[in-house]
Amino acid sequence: MQYGLNEEQEMIASTVRSFVEKEIYPHEALVERTGEVPAEIAAEIKRKTIDLGFYACNFPQTVGCAGLNHLEFALVERELGRGSMALNHFFGRPQNILMACEGDQVDRYLMPAVRGERMDALAMTEPGAGSDVRSMSCAARRDGSDWVVNGTKHFISGADHADFVIVFIATGEDITPKGPKKRITAFLVDRGTKGFQIRDGYRSVSHRGYKNMILEFDDCRLPDSQVLGAVDGGFEVMNTWLYATRITVATMSVGRARRVFDYALDYAATREQFGQKIGKFQGVSFQIADMITEIDAADLLTLAAADRLDKGLSANREIASAKLYASEMLARVTDTAIQLHGGMGLMDDYPLERFWRDARVERIWDGTSEIQRHIISRDLLRALGA
Amino acid sequence: MKVLVPVKRVIDYNVKVRVKADGSGVDLANVKMSMNPFDEIAVEQAIRLKEAGQADEVIAVSIGVKQAQETLRTALAMGADRAILVVAADDVHQDIEPLAVAKILKAVVEAEQPGLVLCGKQAIDNDMNATGQMLSALLGWSQATFISDLSVEGEEATVTREVDGGLQTIKVKMPAIVSVDLRLNEPRYASLPNIMKAKKKPLEEKTAADYGVDVTPRLEIVKTVEPAARAAGIKVGSVDELVSKLKDAGAV
Repeated sequence: MQYGLNEEQEMIASTVRSFVEKEIYPHEALVERTGEVPAEIAAEIKRKTIDLGFYACNFPQTVGCAGLNHLEFALVERELGRGSMALNHFFGRPQNILMACEGDQVDRYLMPAVRGERMDALAMTEPGAGSDVRSMSCAARRDGSDWVVNGTKHFISGADHADFVIVFIATGEDITPKGPKKRITAFLVDRGTKGFQIRDGYRSVSHRGYKNMILEFDDCRLPDSQVLGAVDGGFEVMNTWLYATRITVATMSVGRARRVFDYALDYAATREQFGQKIGKFQGVSFQIADMITEIDAADLLTLAAADRLDKGLSANREIASAKLYASEMLARVTDTAIQLHGGMGLMDDYPLERFWRDARVERIWDGTSEIQRHIISRDLLRALGA
Repeated sequence: MKVLVPVKRVIDYNVKVRVKADGSGVDLANVKMSMNPFDEIAVEQAIRLKEAGQADEVIAVSIGVKQAQETLRTALAMGADRAILVVAADDVHQDIEPLAVAKILKAVVEAEQPGLVLCGKQAIDNDMNATGQMLSALLGWSQATFISDLSVEGEEATVTREVDGGLQTIKVKMPAIVSVDLRLNEPRYASLPNIMKAKKKPLEEKTAADYGVDVTPRLEIVKTVEPAARAAGIKVGSVDELVSKLKDAGAV
């Protein structure tokens, strides 16, 4: 289904797809078994991505990158979504938020990140601050012209490979009629900074090898030059740049669902029971029909949301709908695919149990389904004064 | 030196082929199509010749339906300089026979004057393995088929051919028709900058009539059938058991 795409966009999608099939799939079983990406495999994926000009292709031509628009980048990530997140992390796509770098931050962080010389990670979540970001307790206090940071972040994906982390930290509190409200600032924190530690997080059922890390700040001293954007301007940089991570979840869910669907379709067309292919049973065939209908719907919803961004239209609600629907669709599709395979679907001889486990996190990270529903309904109701 | 690379749009090698209900051929409606994998190897080799400074220009040519334009764009995204599309059919199920393709290619060669024609040894759809040889005969050029290695020195090319039972190395005089086999190289992915550039590269559109070639089929397809299903195998526990089973079956 390539509705409305031009030849160039289709070629971008098919190139990334064959890259994932040839360069990512063969290593997946190893990563799943060991929970690690061997350094030489990571380096090879990165080198090939750089050679092909796909590294940091979400960044503009002004910083020497391909400058794909949102729709094109969604296609890239959709096809990447077919493969292991642990491995395709090295098909580098640094955080857009680095475009907020100013002055010498450009040469210290932005340029090395888009060239693949330094890798980044993004840290917001804390044990006590999930959906409620503003309730974070990781805080920085002024000491002379520096900031002194104390606190903990967790669930920090990619921090194991990061050379620096973009960290959101509370830098004060305003008293408002609704009660105290924290002021947030984004900081660039280098690995190895005194008082800053990156350590292993929890063992997750989803995306083995794509580790969630814990960051610890213990009287970590940061000068003003490490502030990304303005002091107390954390929510501004967040709102300007971080909308895109939800499209990533949506479009990757679509890509993975298509891969899962191919297994289901093939099985329905070849497995025989009661003297016929199981796909001949209406109970199975209707499930196949429902799966592909939902996948196509999620695909269109996601590409349409990305296209709205390219056209400069408001897209907050549409992105939330895409993230909500695509992640929930993936849960249903992976579950049904296992049901069609029967007992074998649960065995790790097939990758289906992995896709099923991996699917679980998509409804949680980058804004839970409940938060997305909140965003969607608020967008509609607030306009009517409710 | 110009290198001409004929490329064919064929059913993708990952697609499970289905015979049409009336047995007139393979169903190609709504099926994923790609560049013939052997032709991809030929494009790759032509680009490598250019990168090595042995070729000045790589021209991809495709003969078939209008949608073969996508196949040519792929060749351009890999690194070919320009493309020629010869529209010779308007139905995806109409396959142009090797002799007609060779006649059109002969006319293209006469117009473009390449020093080398690099083609796939055969297309994976009907496995004819004839176009390159026919083109060589029509032009009176030397030919080397099924090659796994190629080096060009001046007016001569040294090629290694994959023949039954081994490898054969021969020299051919240029200009030549060289058909490539699987092990010659591993084709590259199109790079993102090249994908972006492909749209701006020239793609000239012609028809079979422009070259005065009659593409009416000379062959009649009597029937197309699925290959017979293979009987299930058995597992044997030892070499002795294998030998005795083979003896029982009268195979040894």
